[in-house]
Amino acid sequence: MNLQPNLNRGEQPAEGQQSVVVRFAGDSGDGVQLLGSQFSQETALAGNSLATFPDFPAEIRAPTGTTYGVSAFQINFGSRVIKTAGDQPDVLVVFNPAALKVNHKQLRRGGIVILDSGAFKEKEIKRAEWDSDPRTNGVLSDFRVIEIDISKQALECAKPFGVSQKEALRTKNIWMLGLVSWMYDHDIQPIIDSLNKKFGADDPVGLANVAALKAGHAYGEIHEVSGELSPRTFPAVKHEPGTYRLISGAEALAWGLLAGAKLADLEAVLASYPITPSSPILHILARLRQFGITTFQAEDEIAACCAALGASFAGKLGITASSGPGIALKTEAIGLGISTELPLVIVNTQRAGPSTGMPTKTEQSDLYLAVWGRNADAPIPVVASRSPGDCFDVAIEAVRLATKYMTPVMILSDGYIANAAEPWRIPSMADYAPFKVNFRTEPEGYNVFMRDAKTLARPWVKPGTPGMMHRIGGIEKDSLTGNISYADSNHQKMTDTRAAKINNIADDIPAQVPEIGNAKGKLAVVGWGSTYGPINRAVANMRDQGLDVAHIHVRHIWPLPRNLEALLKSYDKVIVAEMNNGQMLTLLKSQYLLDAKGLLKVSGQPLKIEEVERAIRDQLGA
Amino acid sequence: MNIQTPPDKLTAKDFATDQEVRWCPGCGDYAILKAVQVSLANMGAKPENTVFVSGIGCSSRFPYYMATYGFHTIHGRAPAVATGVKLANPELDVWLVTGDGDALSIGGNHLYHILRRNVDVNILLFNNEIYGLTKGQYSPTSRIGQKSPSSPTGSVDSPVNPCQFALGSNARFVARGIDIQAKELGELFGRAKGHVGASFIEIIQNCIVYNDGAFSDFAEKAVAAESQVHVKHGQPIVWGKAKDKGLRLNTKTLSLEAAIIGQNGVTIDDILVHDEKNRVLATLLSGLRPPDFPEVLGVIYCDPAPSYELQVKAQDDAARAKGPADLDKLMRAGKTWVVN
Repeated sequence: MNLQPNLNRGEQPAEGQQSVVVRFAGDSGDGVQLLGSQFSQETALAGNSLATFPDFPAEIRAPTGTTYGVSAFQINFGSRVIKTAGDQPDVLVVFNPAALKVNHKQLRRGGIVILDSGAFKEKEIKRAEWDSDPRTNGVLSDFRVIEIDISKQALECAKPFGVSQKEALRTKNIWMLGLVSWMYDHDIQPIIDSLNKKFGADDPVGLANVAALKAGHAYGEIHEVSGELSPRTFPAVKHEPGTYRLISGAEALAWGLLAGAKLADLEAVLASYPITPSSPILHILARLRQFGITTFQAEDEIAACCAALGASFAGKLGITASSGPGIALKTEAIGLGISTELPLVIVNTQRAGPSTGMPTKTEQSDLYLAVWGRNADAPIPVVASRSPGDCFDVAIEAVRLATKYMTPVMILSDGYIANAAEPWRIPSMADYAPFKVNFRTEPEGYNVFMRDAKTLARPWVKPGTPGMMHRIGGIEKDSLTGNISYADSNHQKMTDTRAAKINNIADDIPAQVPEIGNAKGKLAVVGWGSTYGPINRAVANMRDQGLDVAHIHVRHIWPLPRNLEALLKSYDKVIVAEMNNGQMLTLLKSQYLLDAKGLLKVSGQPLKIEEVERAIRDQLGA
Repeated sequence: MNIQTPPDKLTAKDFATDQEVRWCPGCGDYAILKAVQVSLANMGAKPENTVFVSGIGCSSRFPYYMATYGFHTIHGRAPAVATGVKLANPELDVWLVTGDGDALSIGGNHLYHILRRNVDVNILLFNNEIYGLTKGQYSPTSRIGQKSPSSPTGSVDSPVNPCQFALGSNARFVARGIDIQAKELGELFGRAKGHVGASFIEIIQNCIVYNDGAFSDFAEKAVAAESQVHVKHGQPIVWGKAKDKGLRLNTKTLSLEAAIIGQNGVTIDDILVHDEKNRVLATLLSGLRPPDFPEVLGVIYCDPAPSYELQVKAQDDAARAKGPADLDKLMRAGKTWVVN
C-alpha cells in the first residue's frame, strides 16, 4: 500500500516568515514569464535565496482569456536557504479572470490576491468559466484582495510616448514588476538600465516600459498608506563565498556537456530534434560552437541518435537530447551504441506521459525506460540531476562514464529542473580533474573488442588512423576480433561482459551517504532527481520536530551505489518519494528485496514539502 | 584482425578482408563488391580514410568485406549515421551501401534528408526489387502484381522509382548502373567519389533466390544493346547495335519519344543531347522503362552544389575564429554577484 500525497490546500505558509512565495499568472501573451525571470534576477542580486517554477500552458498563444491559455511563474525567495519553488503561493498576481480561476485554489488561506480589475469585465469573466464575478461571489473571502486597474495604469503611463494601445497594454507586466519590486524593497535601477539597453534610451516603447515600471513602483508607495500592502525586506542569505549567478537546468546541462567534453579533451557533436521541454539544450549549444561543439537539427529523433553515434564512431563525443517520446524512438540506436560499445550521451528531460502526455508538465516517469527500456539485455549507466545547478556536474559525470567505459549513458533531468532557475555558485574549471580520452593508434596487438582489464572498455579508434581499419556493427561479434559470431558460448560471454562492464561502474562512483540524518534509524526517505528540494526541506523540518528520519538522494540510478542496499536496510522503514507510479520503488525492491513504501505523485506538478512531511508523520506515527 | 602494411600501389585485394563472403552463390552483390574494390584501388583510395556505412539487409553486409573502416548499423538509418560521421570528420571518404527496402521503405525518410542536405556521401542503392534477408517479401520497388510470401495474390503497392525519388529529394548527383557491368560501374564510382555532395547510384542487382531474372528484359547481355542506353554528357542519346535509335522530345506532350534515325525523316539532329545539369531531362530519363523505352544508365544528373558538412564546418570555423573559448568566462558572463 503506497502513501497518498495530499493535494489539498493547507493552512500555513510552508516556510514561515523567512520567505515568501509569489505566483504571477496571466495569458500566455501577458509577459508573465518575462516578469518572473526579471523579478528573479532582482531577487538574486538582492542576495536572497530563491527557487522558481515556470508553469507553461501547452498552447503557444491560446485564445485570450481562456483557462487553458494561462501561463504562470512561481518564485519562492527569502532570507533562509530555499529548496523548492514553494508549496503554496502567499501572493497571487493575476492579469485576468482565467488566471484567477486556474490559480486561486492554490493560494494560502489569508494570502494576498492582486488582480487587474481592468480585465474583469463581464465578457472576460464568462470566458474564464466563472458563473459569476469572483470578486463578489465569495470565492476570495479567505484572501486579502487588492484590485488595481493595471490596464488603465499602463495606458496612462504610455500616453506621452505615442505608442499604440496594443504596445501600451503590453507594459502591464513591467508595471507589475515595479509594484512587486516596491513590495520587496528591490532596487529598480538595474531594470531601467537593462530596458534602456534593450530598447535604446529614446525608443518610445522602451520609454513607455520605463514609465510603467516607475509608475508601478510609485503606486506601491501611495497605497502603503492604505495599509493593504507594506514593503518587506528579506536580509541576504549567508551563502558559501564565491561568485554566483542564476542558472536554469537547461543552461547548466548544456554548459556541463561542454565542460565534460573539455575535460575529456574531445570535440562534440550534438544531434537533436526539437521537443518540449528539451529544445533549449539545442538552442543554447547552437550558439556556443566556439567551444568545439557542432550542432545538428536532425530530421527526427532516430536520426538524431544515429548521427550522434556516427559522430562517436568518427572520434567525437556524440550527444543527443530529447524527452520521453523522443527517447523511446532512439531506443534501437541506443542498442546499437551498446552493441558496438561507443560513447554516447543521451539527455532525457522528462515530461508527463505516456505518449504525448503533458509536454509542459513535469514527471519522473522514464526511469524504467532509462534502466530497462530496450530490447534484449542492454544495460547502460543512468545518472539523474537533482536541481538546475546540479545538471552541470551530472553532465560532466555522464561524459566521464561514457568515454571511460565506452558506453551510452543516459542523463535524467525533467521539465521542472530544465526551466527552473536557482542561484548557483559558479565553479571553476580548474576544480575538475580532467579525464582525457586516449585514442588507440598502435596497430600492433590491436583487436577491435580487446578490453581494458579494469574498466572492460574496448579501445576507441578514430577512422583516418592508418593500420587500424576495422568494422563494427549491431550483429553479435566475436569477443576479441569483433568479427561476426553466432557461437553460443561467445554470445553468453559478450552478454555477461556487457553487464559486468556497467556493473563495475559501481566501484567508480561515490558511496551513498544520507543528505541529512543518520546512517541508520527509524525512517529514510529516498528520492532521486528533482524531488530533492521538497524531500530535503520536509526531512529537515521533521528532524527539527525531533523525528528520526533521514534523506537519501540517489544520483547514480544505474548502477546503484555499492553500499546502497546495506544503507537502506539499516532503517526500520523506507519511503520512496517520486513523481511517478513507483519506478524507483520497483527498482529498489527488485534489486534488494526491500520492504519500502512509495509516496507517489503524478499530477504534473512538483511534489510538495507538506506532502512529504505528512508521509513521514504517518510512517512514524507522529 | 589482419594488420597489413599497404604497398605503394594498392590492388583490389588490399580492399578485401579475410572474412568469408556470405551472399548466396550467384548473387549480384559479388560483382558489385568486386567492382568497388577494383575501383577504389584504381582511384588510389586510402583504406584508412575510407568508411563504409550500411543499414540492414543483404547488401548491408558489405562493410564486413571491405578492408576499410566500416559501420554496419540498423535498419534504414545508415544515412543518419553517415551524416554524423561526416559532421565529425568531413575529411573521411564515406560510402553508404543500402538496398531498396532499407533505403526506400524503413529508411525512406533518412535517404530523403541526406540527399536534400547534400551531405558528401556516396550512396550505393542495390535495387533487386525484393526483400532478400527476410526471405522474399515484396519491396517498395517491386512491381504491381509481384507475388511473394506477403503478397500471395500479387502486390497492389505502386512502386517507387529510386532515381526519381532521389531527384525529387533535390539530389545533385543521380546515376544508374547494373551489377554485371563492372567497367561502367567503375566509372560511376569514380564520378561519385569525385563529386562533392551526396552522390546517388541505383545499382540494378539480381537476386538469384527470390527475384531471379527480374531485370532480364534489359540487363542480360543478349538484349543489352537494344534495351539499354548509356547516357553521356554532351552526346546524343542513342542506342542499338547500329546506334540508330534515339530519344527526342515531343514538345506538345512534354514527353520523350523513341525514334529511329533514318526513318520518317528523323536525323541525328532531332535526337536529344544529354545534359547532365538538366533536372527536367533527368527526371524524364530516369522514368523510362522497357519495353517501350530503353533502361537509362550512366550519370543521369550531376549539378554540384556546396556540401552540407562543409557549410556547417565553415560556420563552426567562423565561430572558433573569434578567439579561444573560455568556459570560466562564459559561466561568469551576464549578471553575477559575489558573496564574501
